[in-house]
Amino acid sequence: MSAETSPGSAAAGKTPATRGEWPLYEVFVRGKRGLNHVHVGSLHAADDQMAIHHARDVYTRRNEGVSLWVVRSSSITASSPDEKDPMFAPSGDKVYRHPTFYDIPADVPHM
Amino acid sequence: MTTQINENQFDATELEAQFAATIKAKDRIEPRDWMPEKYRKTLVRQVAQHAHSEIIGMQPEGNWISRAPSLRRKAILLAKVQDEAGHGLYLYSAAETLGATRNELTEKLIAGKQKYSSIFNYPTLAYTDVGTIGWLVDGAAICNQVPLCRTSFGPYGRAMIRVCKEESFHQRQGYELLMTMMRGTEEQRASVQESVNRFWWPSLMMFGPPDDDSPNTEQSMEWGIKTHTNDELRQKFVDMSVPQAEALGVTFPDDGLKWNEERGHYDFSTPDWDEFWAVVKGNGPCNEQRVAHRKRAWDEGAWVREAALAFAENTAADAADTDTAADTDTANTADTTNTTAEETAK
Repeated sequence: MSAETSPGSAAAGKTPATRGEWPLYEVFVRGKRGLNHVHVGSLHAADDQMAIHHARDVYTRRNEGVSLWVVRSSSITASSPDEKDPMFAPSGDKVYRHPTFYDIPADVPHM
Repeated sequence: MTTQINENQFDATELEAQFAATIKAKDRIEPRDWMPEKYRKTLVRQVAQHAHSEIIGMQPEGNWISRAPSLRRKAILLAKVQDEAGHGLYLYSAAETLGATRNELTEKLIAGKQKYSSIFNYPTLAYTDVGTIGWLVDGAAICNQVPLCRTSFGPYGRAMIRVCKEESFHQRQGYELLMTMMRGTEEQRASVQESVNRFWWPSLMMFGPPDDDSPNTEQSMEWGIKTHTNDELRQKFVDMSVPQAEALGVTFPDDGLKWNEERGHYDFSTPDWDEFWAVVKGNGPCNEQRVAHRKRAWDEGAWVREAALAFAENTAADAADTDTAADTDTANTADTTNTTAEETAK
């Protein structure tokens, strides 16, 4: 299942290429040097090279990026929002990981 | 599938409560969240209708690409029509996150099972219409789409943000085209007025039926899919367009159009809703032509889609073979090198 497919949906669990349909790719764009690649959407392409070309035409018609990544949606493993104990709970109770946990006198400089 | 097993552990009411809380907090629903089936269906219908409108919307203007009056105008029109294709693709991509497949959506469009905006069932009789469409049709689309940037379903809102950034170019190129013609000959000015006369009412109908005849509006607003009613957006569009028409030097074909001091809005006459429903039901001037054209492109492109897939499969298979061969080669080369080294040592 791809990262952006709803679990209850009809397509869930199907192989990525429904008969005759080009595989789905997720597209990531680096907006400019110094920034991370960011997910912008998806597209269909027969192969990796075509996916790059389509990504350029669909997602960067106005200087939106200096670099593109494409990856088959079926290759992405995502955390599940359905897990009863939230995946992210372990980070919730570790307040000592934040700088504000520590009391430092106000007159100590540069802290 | 593990996801479904996990889903069953949930109490249905608990899932619904979580969904309702997300909507109430004006937070976004994302594709892998649980959502009521009706919410999903409503969104697939709306996003698909929107995507189809962008794709079918390429036809009326595409009609004039080969006959644009200058290279400058031709380049602009090409870029604009390409944008419409892009907008369609952003939206299909959003619809797919709801579990609809691309092929299924296209097949429903050409079978007449899903709709697109009725505005595209009107013909473009003159090149002037390219300008009018940019100004009024894309102007109405902007009015509709700006609030949709904050719609409750994440991928739809994100697609709308991209679309809205590009629509501004569409509206401005159209208005500029009309301004240029208004500075031209008497005949050109008449052509602008005639074109505006034809497109005014269909543009007002783009906002959909009046609120008391729009069965889906209430539920869609409750779910945060829509944030304004059809009539609210229509009023906003009229208020925006009147001063633009004055600046351009054209009038709208409505005797009832006048400023209402008390309301702080323009009053305007009721669009011909019989015409609207007739066009929606398939009896507009170009319905058959638009769908037939899309079907032809889809059918005639089938071999390209199949060939590209076959090529990709063959290339992948060849690459796998070459990799194996390359490994053997490397081993042979290593042997040769060793032999040479030994010989040199002797």
